[in-house]
Amino acid sequence: MSRLTPVSGPHTHAQVSIHKIMLTVMLALTPATAYGIYLYGWPALNLFFITIVSAVLVEALCLYIGKRPMKQGLGDGSGILSAWLVALTLPPWAPWWIAVVASICAIMLGKQVFGGLGQNVFNPAMLARVIILISFPVQMTTWVNPLPMFSAQDPGFMAGLNVTFNNEAVDWDSISTASPLGYVKTELTLDRSVADIMTETPDWHASLMGISAGSMGETSAVLILLGGIFLLIKRIISWHGPVAMLATVAITAALFHQANPEHYAPPQFHLLNGALMLAAFFIITDPVTSPNTAKGQILFGIGCGLLVFIIRTWGSYPEAVGFAVLLMNCFTPLIDHYLRPRIYGRNRKGQPLAVQQRDQEEQS
Amino acid sequence: MIAAIVSLTILGLSIGFSLGYVAKRFKVEKDPLVDDIEAMLPASNCGQCGYAGCGQAAEAVAKGDAPVTFCPPGGRALAEQLAAKLGVDADLSNMDDRGPMLAFVREATCVGCTRCFKACPTDAIVGAPKMIHTVISNACTGCGACVDICPTECLVMEEVPETLSNWRWPKPSSQPQPVTAAA
Amino acid sequence: MKFFRFKGGVHPEGNKTPTTSEAIQSFPLPARLYVPLQQHIGAPAKAIVNIGQTVLKGELIAASQGNVSAAVHAPSSGTVIEIAEHQAPHPSGLPVECIIIETDGRDLWIENSSEAEPWRLSEKAIAQRISNAGIVGLGGATFPSALKFNLGLKQRVKTLVINGAECEPYLTSDDRLMQERTGKLIDGIRIMMLGMSASEAIIAIEDNKPQALKIMTAAVDDHPELKVLKVPTRYPMGSEKHLVYTVTGKEIPSGKLAADIGIMVHNVGTAYAVYEAIFEGKPLVSRIVTISGGAVNQPRNLEVPFGTLVSDLIDYCGGLKQEPERLLMGGPLMGLVIPSLDVPIIKGSNGIVALTKDELKMNQQNACIRCSRCVSACPCGLVPLEMAANIKAGNFDRAVDYGVKDCISCGSCAYVCPANIPLVHFFNYANGELVARQKAKQQQEYTAELAKQRQTRMAEIEKQRAAAKAKALAAKKAREAAKQQQEAAGS
Repeated sequence: MSRLTPVSGPHTHAQVSIHKIMLTVMLALTPATAYGIYLYGWPALNLFFITIVSAVLVEALCLYIGKRPMKQGLGDGSGILSAWLVALTLPPWAPWWIAVVASICAIMLGKQVFGGLGQNVFNPAMLARVIILISFPVQMTTWVNPLPMFSAQDPGFMAGLNVTFNNEAVDWDSISTASPLGYVKTELTLDRSVADIMTETPDWHASLMGISAGSMGETSAVLILLGGIFLLIKRIISWHGPVAMLATVAITAALFHQANPEHYAPPQFHLLNGALMLAAFFIITDPVTSPNTAKGQILFGIGCGLLVFIIRTWGSYPEAVGFAVLLMNCFTPLIDHYLRPRIYGRNRKGQPLAVQQRDQEEQS
Repeated sequence: MIAAIVSLTILGLSIGFSLGYVAKRFKVEKDPLVDDIEAMLPASNCGQCGYAGCGQAAEAVAKGDAPVTFCPPGGRALAEQLAAKLGVDADLSNMDDRGPMLAFVREATCVGCTRCFKACPTDAIVGAPKMIHTVISNACTGCGACVDICPTECLVMEEVPETLSNWRWPKPSSQPQPVTAAA
Repeated sequence: MKFFRFKGGVHPEGNKTPTTSEAIQSFPLPARLYVPLQQHIGAPAKAIVNIGQTVLKGELIAASQGNVSAAVHAPSSGTVIEIAEHQAPHPSGLPVECIIIETDGRDLWIENSSEAEPWRLSEKAIAQRISNAGIVGLGGATFPSALKFNLGLKQRVKTLVINGAECEPYLTSDDRLMQERTGKLIDGIRIMMLGMSASEAIIAIEDNKPQALKIMTAAVDDHPELKVLKVPTRYPMGSEKHLVYTVTGKEIPSGKLAADIGIMVHNVGTAYAVYEAIFEGKPLVSRIVTISGGAVNQPRNLEVPFGTLVSDLIDYCGGLKQEPERLLMGGPLMGLVIPSLDVPIIKGSNGIVALTKDELKMNQQNACIRCSRCVSACPCGLVPLEMAANIKAGNFDRAVDYGVKDCISCGSCAYVCPANIPLVHFFNYANGELVARQKAKQQQEYTAELAKQRQTRMAEIEKQRAAAKAKALAAKKAREAAKQQQEAAGS
């Protein structure tokens, strides 16, 4: 009898693949990204493209060195998605080499060095952001107010190229500004009251629509939220992580603001500024680095939320999402180890359930 | 500056002392590796590995003098288990994956000399003088002592045949292999 | 009646429409029947017929060997032409010992031995008749039913759950049985209850079978001890563990049986076979099989005598439209790939499904992205992604820690995996490996014991020999001393 290579079931499959998941997430990001590019003009577009292209090149190089299948590695879209998220966290008018270094950090250090797709411990986008934030603080904290495309203030395509490649803006001093979070932090150290400072930062309406200085992912909270809801409907992500994170930030901020309105920013300020929305729906829901169970994801979200608030309020960096996520990524294996689902027929400790003594009535 | 030196010195000394204390207090006793390994071996003392008995072989493997692939009757399965136990990477490429071998008497050529059952370390062969002998399969460890001693070479080592009752799923490969049925 | 929802599970496409309205047709007698001796869990039956012997339909041709075994009967009348190995309906392609019968076309039954007063049979007698009829679990597990009955009696099981869920896509044999042979089925269930001294029977039917629900609900109207429960359509509703939970809200403790918590589950097919055995004196010789799949020209439900080759069935169903991408015995989630069409139908064959590439929906395998869809889908609360990663690395102990021994191989995890990882294959491999290691360990302990006994015996023999030698030497010395004394005295 011939020995066949036996094929195991199941012999049918749900219509879901990694490629589809990545594409759907990119689709969810598109409105916010397009709006961000529109707000910040040609340099933003240049930066976006450079990030994506360099990520693909770096990934190809890593796959080649590691002798891993090239087509599959590039084709599943995970590298492009990581690069897209990185691009959303960069200052839109940053020079081109920032984008390249960020891509290298995200793809090579954040993913391939660990063994490729699915093996990394840290979120690649956040890892890249934190590395270049600490290494190049000046470039990473140079924000501009929106100069929408095709508007009067738009420097134009050629000038945009100039900004990206030569780092020559029209007039850096006049257009560069601090992001709302950065502004609030500095002003608080000058002992001004929160109420006072709030009048000088973009109001909640502007924050919601994203007309403020920041990276492309920090701008329109409403578009990010819509993208997140789209992913929820499509069942790409589950609600546990995002809701936990946003709720934790909101509640903590509300409590502190209630206790001392002068020193602590109101919750809506926290929710609508910075990359919190982006992180809640797109970063902490990264399947590779977040816990496996719903309970685990809630814990993860709460941890991230607390850390974001703590670092934003008492840490020395205005934007805390990157650090918070990386710190919680360290805890993911621990959370997964302790928060497991209960096995059918066993109790929480893993011991088989006791057989109930059936009463005499039943037995007679 | 003095304050810095003093404080760091105190810090270093205290950490050092606590590490030393913890190392002593929570020391893990060496586990009886040799006994564990010996329990895994066939215990037939067949000598195919070159050591006088399974006990000595266990000591050698524990020390690292013998490779994990040293035991022919244990085969690939034993080598893998030993490698896992010792935490080493085993080069199993030289082992042929034939699976366990059992002795089998070719009854046509058996003369009933009784030499084989006297040599069998687990009494797996039954027979009487001038009667055909036979091997009790589940007592056989595959050490081969009987094969060496048989004067008519009627004993052979054979692979355990694979049947529906002992068939197991092999380890899946990384690429799916669809199977089409022959019409 | 209330039901409970188990967590996890998946919703595959039903694909039952091709055969859900096909009435059961009898299958014309094939020229040859290849009846395997092993169609059940446990020891294979032993052939008791000789080559050349003529047999009648229902005649015992192989006797059950021990408690965990089942008898095999001739599926039709004819002559035994060979007792030889034939390819088994198993993915390994290995052979199975079969009794090959050349049918004479007359399909003559043995003498009718049906019970005159079946309702007055004792529990033991019922179990004995079930054993004699060679009945095994027809849901696919093929566990000898008589053994299960005796267990039920011993454990004083009060609730009988009849599994009419049929959760696998494509399969409709149980559905049609419930619709067409309702009266007999109800009698079969009632006699089973008598045989176990059960006080109630709950017939669980998934809500994708509205006709069966309607007909069965009407049929149990006269019998207050029988109830029909509509359960939601969710795979794997038909799994014993999950059906018990859905119907009663109780979980079967790990390592225990349903009988240990006072419940017994039997498939509708098994209940019907019990009816035939006791009321009509017919041992188990045929079953209803669904032939379906995109590659089959005319999908049907057929009543097939065991030993019929799948090729005969496919021919009767109009042949294959195209080369199937997968040829399965069973449904697409838990079915086994059969190596060719040249394999016989056995007691556990509830369906033959020939899938096309579109139905297979398989993609290239990719790396695990830890999306944990498998964790959400697993109805047993396991963590498939961790188990598979550990098994791949050879850490079987950690895989056991995550619960691989509790895996029912339902395939829900692999069904939803976006990376198309063969998760069930990993778990089957791991469980096989663990069993093999356990066996090897027992073997090793046994032979070590034998070796030790031999050494003790040899040492004992040596000691006795030495003692005898010493004694002989002492005796010799004594004799010589005596002789010397005599000489000294004599001279």
